[in-house]
Amino acid sequence: MASASEHRLRKRLLKWGHFIGLFLAMCVICIPGLWVVLNSFRPTVEIMAKPPVWIPNELNLDHYRAMFGGAGEGGIPVWTYFRNSLIISVTSTLIALLIGMAGGYAFARYKFKGKAMTFVMLMATRAVPGVALSLPVFIIFGRTGLIDTHLGMILVYVALNVPFTIWLIDGFFRQVPKELAEAAEIDGCTRWQAFWKVEFPVARAGIASAGIFAFLTSWNEYALASQLTRSVSSKTMPVGLLDFTSQFTLNWGGMCALAVLMIVPALILTFLVQKHLIAGLTFGGVKG
Amino acid sequence: MAQVHLKNLVKSYGALSVVHGINLDIAEGEFVVLVGPSGCGKSTTLRMVAGLEDISGGEIVIGDRVVNDLPPRERNLAMVFQNYALYPHMTVRENLGFSLKIAKKSQGEIDAAVNEAAEILALTPLLDRKPGALSGGQRQRVAMGRAIVRHPDVFLFDEPLSNLDAKLRTQMRVEIKKLHQKVGSTVIYVTHDQIEAMTLADRIVIMRDGHIVQVGTPLEVFENPVNTFVATFIGSPPMNLLPGVAKDGQIVLADGTAIPLPPGYKLAEGRRIQLGIRADNIMPEGHALPPTAHMAHVDMKVTLSEPLGTETVVYAQLSGTEVQAKMLNPRPVQTGEVLRFAIALDKCHLFDADTGLSLKA
Ligand SMILES: Nc1ncnc2c1ncn2[C@@H]1O[C@H](COP(=O)(O)OP(=O)(O)O)[C@@H](O)[C@H]1O
Ligand SMILES: [Mg+2]
Repeated sequence: MASASEHRLRKRLLKWGHFIGLFLAMCVICIPGLWVVLNSFRPTVEIMAKPPVWIPNELNLDHYRAMFGGAGEGGIPVWTYFRNSLIISVTSTLIALLIGMAGGYAFARYKFKGKAMTFVMLMATRAVPGVALSLPVFIIFGRTGLIDTHLGMILVYVALNVPFTIWLIDGFFRQVPKELAEAAEIDGCTRWQAFWKVEFPVARAGIASAGIFAFLTSWNEYALASQLTRSVSSKTMPVGLLDFTSQFTLNWGGMCALAVLMIVPALILTFLVQKHLIAGLTFGGVKG
Repeated sequence: MAQVHLKNLVKSYGALSVVHGINLDIAEGEFVVLVGPSGCGKSTTLRMVAGLEDISGGEIVIGDRVVNDLPPRERNLAMVFQNYALYPHMTVRENLGFSLKIAKKSQGEIDAAVNEAAEILALTPLLDRKPGALSGGQRQRVAMGRAIVRHPDVFLFDEPLSNLDAKLRTQMRVEIKKLHQKVGSTVIYVTHDQIEAMTLADRIVIMRDGHIVQVGTPLEVFENPVNTFVATFIGSPPMNLLPGVAKDGQIVLADGTAIPLPPGYKLAEGRRIQLGIRADNIMPEGHALPPTAHMAHVDMKVTLSEPLGTETVVYAQLSGTEVQAKMLNPRPVQTGEVLRFAIALDKCHLFDADTGLSLKA
């Protein structure tokens, strides 16, 4: 009996240890984010205070007001940056998804010469850090007039995301048994209909997750954007953050406010698409 | 309903040839079973009929159309896959009605057809579930329902029962047979299980290594196997084969045991043969069927016995070969016991020792 209760105690301790460990890990992940959100509502004095003020004395919207205010009072063209970010991220994500679906499907379903090699090369491009290419890209874009344009940034992000979307979507199409499309073809579908009516919906969860990843990559990318954008006509929000630095000061509060504006749409999108991410959709229709 | 004709059908993957010129004529409403060991080309043949594989050579005729170059959707057939291939994102109702929806039938027509099929297959209570929430047997029935709603010319089945447990398999086998009797369509059914083949088929097509070995009704292939492959493949337990030599109107086995030549065979002196005896035709005396005009007797030592209730399968040693025999009205048998067995010679088969071909005139 004693050993049984001892065993139960140990199990409970283990469970609590588990909780505490998870809590600490979540703190490490979340606190910087929360700190950013908090700082965006606090006066600069409090942000800069030493030792840090943990419990805020005063919360206000000053930084947001200033950010959206005129150029003289610390305002920046938030809406333009937001629009640039949105146009560039959404378009590049859609293109990367389309290419990713075509490529992923081809890799998953068809045999062709040099398939393995092509795939490896595609993945190898991921090993090259994007910034390392910024100078060549800068020169090419300079010659072709793509510097500081939406099109230029879209091209860069499509190139950045395509290997990843292909890889991810290939994996998801592999999980869709090919008999599903065959059954659809026998049921009267063309090859094209079989894809859109059966294989695509079944792999939808995977395609949605590839979409989120691609979107977040473009939305948050800073290094390349900072090189290839110049003016308000194409600067994205991460690059816009630098508007808060001046020669001698850093406007931390303003930066935090803009950062919050960046985080919110990404969070909303993730939650929206999340319901499509229910796994296990492909299982059950077939038994192997 | 339609006839199906395969003429010199060939399939090769690059240099690898897997189906070598198959000829088969299937009558309207016939239930034909392709049976053979795994890898012999049954699925490939079926998939060529379905239009899922390109044809490397020959011709497929369904009804009166050569369908070689038609895509699957224009062949008006239905197929049940081994893994069922139900659409996981659709309910059972949508799965059943999918082909009609693609054919742009009215919602009223679709509902009527789906309800009818669901009725036949007892799927009505499951119509609003997704395939993921069904048991194996239910998925199997949905797959069949999806096939019958379309009233296709030809049904194709590729090992539809091999994912079910033994009991369910027997049950579904009966349902498939009843279904065929009800709808009367032409059926091509692939299996590696000879019992399924025997019980379902109007005609069995036995395949091996991409060739057809024998075509016939279940009884024909059982009673007149063309070679040792068919003889051992069809029937359970498999036919016993004993090597021997023809001498003085007798067959002399390897250890010198002499057995009279079965009636109807004429052999040249010294010809090397294999004697084929089914377990049903070699039985211990006193536990055998009534003797016929041509009987032979041998003594054998029992090595193992498998009681099955109404009969016992007795394993015994004859001329260095393990032989399976059936014991009717069984009594307990000891290993090592020597029993006298009666062989019904008129039911025995002789095959050439080298080619394995039947020597029946
Ligand atoms: N796509 C393919 N490429 C190469 N060989 C194949 C392919 N599909 C099947 N085969 C070969 O064809 C032969 C027949 O296969 P299959 O028709 O599936 O056999 P069965 O259904 O009778 O078990 C097998 O030896 C298999 O390895
Ligand atoms: Mg097969």
